[in-house]
Amino acid sequence: MILPTGLFEWSLLIAILSVSVSQVMAMVRLVIGPGNGDRILALDTMVINAIGLIVLLGIAQGSEVYFEAALIFAMLGFVSTVAYARFILRGDIIE
Amino acid sequence: MSLFVIVALPFLGALLPGLMYGAGRKACAGVTLAVTLTALVGLLSRLPEMWRGETLYARVEWLPALGLNVELWLDPLGFFFALLILGIGALIIMYGRHYLSRDDHMGEFFTYLLLFQGAMVGIVLSDNILLLLIFWELTSLSSFLLIGYWKHLPEGRQGARMALTVTGMGGLAMIGGALILGDIAGSYRISDILQAREAIQASPLYTPALILILLGCFTKSAQFPFHFWLPHAMAAPTPVSAYLHSATMVKAGIFLMARLWPALSGTPEWFYLVTGAGLITMVLGAVIALFKHDLKALLAFSTVSHLGLITMLLGTGTAFGVLTAVFHILNHATFKAALFMSAGIVDHEAHTRDIRRLGGLRHLMPVTATIAIIAALSMAGIPLMNGFISKEMMLKEALSTELYGPYWLVPALATFGALFSAAYSFRFIGHTFLGPKRDDYPAHPHDPNPGMWLPPAFLAALVIGIGILPFAVEPFVKFVTGAVLGNVAEVPTYHLAIWHGVNVPLMMSAVAVVGGLILLALHRPFQAGWDAAPRPEAKTIFEAVIAGALSLARVLTGAFHDGAFTRYAAILALTIVAAAGHAWMTGQTAQPMAMGEWPGFAPSAGWVMLVAAAGALVMFHHNRLIALILMGIVGTMVSVGFAFFSAPDLAMTQISVEVVTIILMLLALNFLPDFTPKESTAMQRVFDGGVAVLGGLGAGLLAYHLLTGSAIAPPISGYHLENSYLGGGGTNVVNVILVDFRGFDTFGEIIVLGIAALVIYALTETLLFGPVRARLLNRTPDKPLSGDRHPLMMVVMTRVIMPLALMVGIYIFLRGHNEPGGGFIAGLVVAVAVVMQYMASGFAWASARQRYPYHGIIGSGVLVAGLTGIGAWFTGTEFLTSSFGYVKLPGLEAFEVASALFFDVGVFLAVVGAVMLSLESFSRLARRADMPDSEYPMDIDPSRDTRTEGGA
Repeated sequence: MILPTGLFEWSLLIAILSVSVSQVMAMVRLVIGPGNGDRILALDTMVINAIGLIVLLGIAQGSEVYFEAALIFAMLGFVSTVAYARFILRGDIIE
Repeated sequence: MSLFVIVALPFLGALLPGLMYGAGRKACAGVTLAVTLTALVGLLSRLPEMWRGETLYARVEWLPALGLNVELWLDPLGFFFALLILGIGALIIMYGRHYLSRDDHMGEFFTYLLLFQGAMVGIVLSDNILLLLIFWELTSLSSFLLIGYWKHLPEGRQGARMALTVTGMGGLAMIGGALILGDIAGSYRISDILQAREAIQASPLYTPALILILLGCFTKSAQFPFHFWLPHAMAAPTPVSAYLHSATMVKAGIFLMARLWPALSGTPEWFYLVTGAGLITMVLGAVIALFKHDLKALLAFSTVSHLGLITMLLGTGTAFGVLTAVFHILNHATFKAALFMSAGIVDHEAHTRDIRRLGGLRHLMPVTATIAIIAALSMAGIPLMNGFISKEMMLKEALSTELYGPYWLVPALATFGALFSAAYSFRFIGHTFLGPKRDDYPAHPHDPNPGMWLPPAFLAALVIGIGILPFAVEPFVKFVTGAVLGNVAEVPTYHLAIWHGVNVPLMMSAVAVVGGLILLALHRPFQAGWDAAPRPEAKTIFEAVIAGALSLARVLTGAFHDGAFTRYAAILALTIVAAAGHAWMTGQTAQPMAMGEWPGFAPSAGWVMLVAAAGALVMFHHNRLIALILMGIVGTMVSVGFAFFSAPDLAMTQISVEVVTIILMLLALNFLPDFTPKESTAMQRVFDGGVAVLGGLGAGLLAYHLLTGSAIAPPISGYHLENSYLGGGGTNVVNVILVDFRGFDTFGEIIVLGIAALVIYALTETLLFGPVRARLLNRTPDKPLSGDRHPLMMVVMTRVIMPLALMVGIYIFLRGHNEPGGGFIAGLVVAVAVVMQYMASGFAWASARQRYPYHGIIGSGVLVAGLTGIGAWFTGTEFLTSSFGYVKLPGLEAFEVASALFFDVGVFLAVVGAVMLSLESFSRLARRADMPDSEYPMDIDPSRDTRTEGGA
């Protein structure tokens, strides 16, 4: 593993590290629960962290092609959270 | 008239009876008769050219790469059979119009009859053996419909099934034989195959080809040991029996043997197989026929016997045998059709066909009796009838045939068969029409109206005409014989005449007739002996064989396909692992490019999370909701993984598919219990675990190998990268592959997607209108529900998101050809945007604002994609070839327009429609009786309350 040299690389590394760690921690919360509400919130957090990861990946590779993936994640990711929430509240998600 | 028209007329005409049925029975039969007569006149109009010795050809290319072309020819043999088919067909139609009762659907009957007629004409006029096979199978199918026409009778259905099974199996064997023949001759044209006699008979594949072809002929023409289906097919209405089993379908096998005679005959194999089978069939059929009490069964076995006679004659391989066979085909068609029709009249008037309940009918129905007696005497071989002349010739041919040993064997057997033939003919006459009048008929028999007796009377006139003036048909019979012989043998100079002097055949004939009379006199004791003797019953054997095959198939299917998904998944996983393992062991592998190295922190974290999520899934999978949430982790991390491996298209697709999947699963979970019960035993779980580990390890190793190894062959991606812009006009290779390189696959896939959605719709519709409906409507939720069905916050937010999401969808769609995106992803994005509205504001509110049905959207998508593909034809290129160009509009920069864009519109529409239709169908199940549909988007809306108060 090559150590970064400039400030930009350092900050990028730290950002990736933190997002990854928070992603793992969100997953731990998802697995241990204890309630389904906690799990759904954890999954939502994971989606947000995933957006972060994709954006950071784009920055690291200097590429713009990942932007749309992050955009769609941001735009549609909440729909599954809402669906889970409706399921717990009402059972039927389209009524 | 063109040959194409002659063959096509009955098929096209088959539409008419159904259409004219409403106009009455007379119109229905009239139009059918008109179709047949038109084809008949068209056929006759070609007679002069043919008489001059010309053979007429007509051909159109169909699938030249397979050698399957629509090639027709008209030679004397084909003409002869076409004449029989259309001529007797016309008589049968006239007869059938009066025979069918008012309860029978005449349009249906005549439609089947014309379909059958077209298939038969197709067989006899085909000059391409593959085309002939197609028509051959068509006769099997259409005769199935005809035999089973009386669907309410179990005998009819069973007989039809048996006929279809036997003749269908024969047809299957014949396909193999025809392919071998065409392979040896180097052409599938029959006229070429007939020229290749030496090559075919010298080929080592001659015997298999012969056996396969003969299997087809013997099953169709009811030769021993496949003769058993014909009597059971007698459950059909009598016009069908008269048509199929006297002149046409059972003659198809005879026709094919005659058609291929120049190419196949003359070898010992041909002689032993064909003559042997024919001889056995002739004797067996004649003996059984004598002891049948059902008039039609008697005639059926006599048909079997006469078909055997013709087969035997063709088998001898001599020119005289062929001459006799051709003549007897003509004679048999005339007297047997007349006999079947007479039997039908008796059945129609006396309401029974049981010969034991009949007798003395000559007093009550003199016309019918005259016709039937003439025809039956011809069948018995009495002088002055046409059957006599061909029987004499048969006996003469038998005298010069030696099979399996002593010289007297064949003549003796032929005389024996002729004797029984005379006996059953006499019994048919004696026990039905002669004798004293009885008073216990089930009905009051009398002669029918002329429409019913005129057709058989015409045939009876022919029977006598040919019998007295055989020289009148001699040129025609020799003309046809010449066509059968090809250039293998000369047409014999023998003259068809009543009197050839006192010779051996005449004495054999006399023995047969006298013996027949004696046998009839002794019929009662013989019948008793026959009834007492144990005999194998063909139907029982056939049904046992079918039942055996069925239970074997059930055992095999049940072992693999037992309805448990775990079983399928285990079979699939093990098969794939075994195949991949085999490929790995025996195949060529490349050196790994690079060994695995530390991929960095973030990817490692992603990997750990995937593993942990999968492990947690194993632990928690009995709780369905948690399992679904855990799958969310996998989906999210796989999307990120796609991005990490530089596949933004895949990442975008995965993200949107993930959302749709979760919605779909949640809709389904609503009807399922919260927990999956433990169902498998410990042993089963260990086994399933082993399969899972094996499959997972296999997939992992394969991925590792592909990621680290170098390719053995140059990958196809290079070609795609080079040609993506040049050929497809796009720089996004993924999208160009989808809409251009593999456009046809995509076209198929959107159709499948649409079908799947329609099936979901159909299934839920069935549920909603079935007995489940009440249970669904009265379902009470098992958990406390929150009060706000349509929360204000969610409604407002989804409204705000909607235009944004649509814009993103359009943007992703438009850029798809050059940048990541495309119709599929855009379709998913738009579908999710619409589903949000359903979730927020409710089903009733959202679907009231949905103007176009989702089925229509799917259909228009498939249509747009298909039309785009067809559009390529106008530029002279293949289906779905894309073309592109640049358009300059004022005020805009020049932009590219590719035909693939329109194809992508089709994909987009199909995806939107399919996703929405399946989600909508699922959510319809959850409509509950106690929950009235709301017409407002929100349940709690302060502005609405104030408005109501203000109004009040």
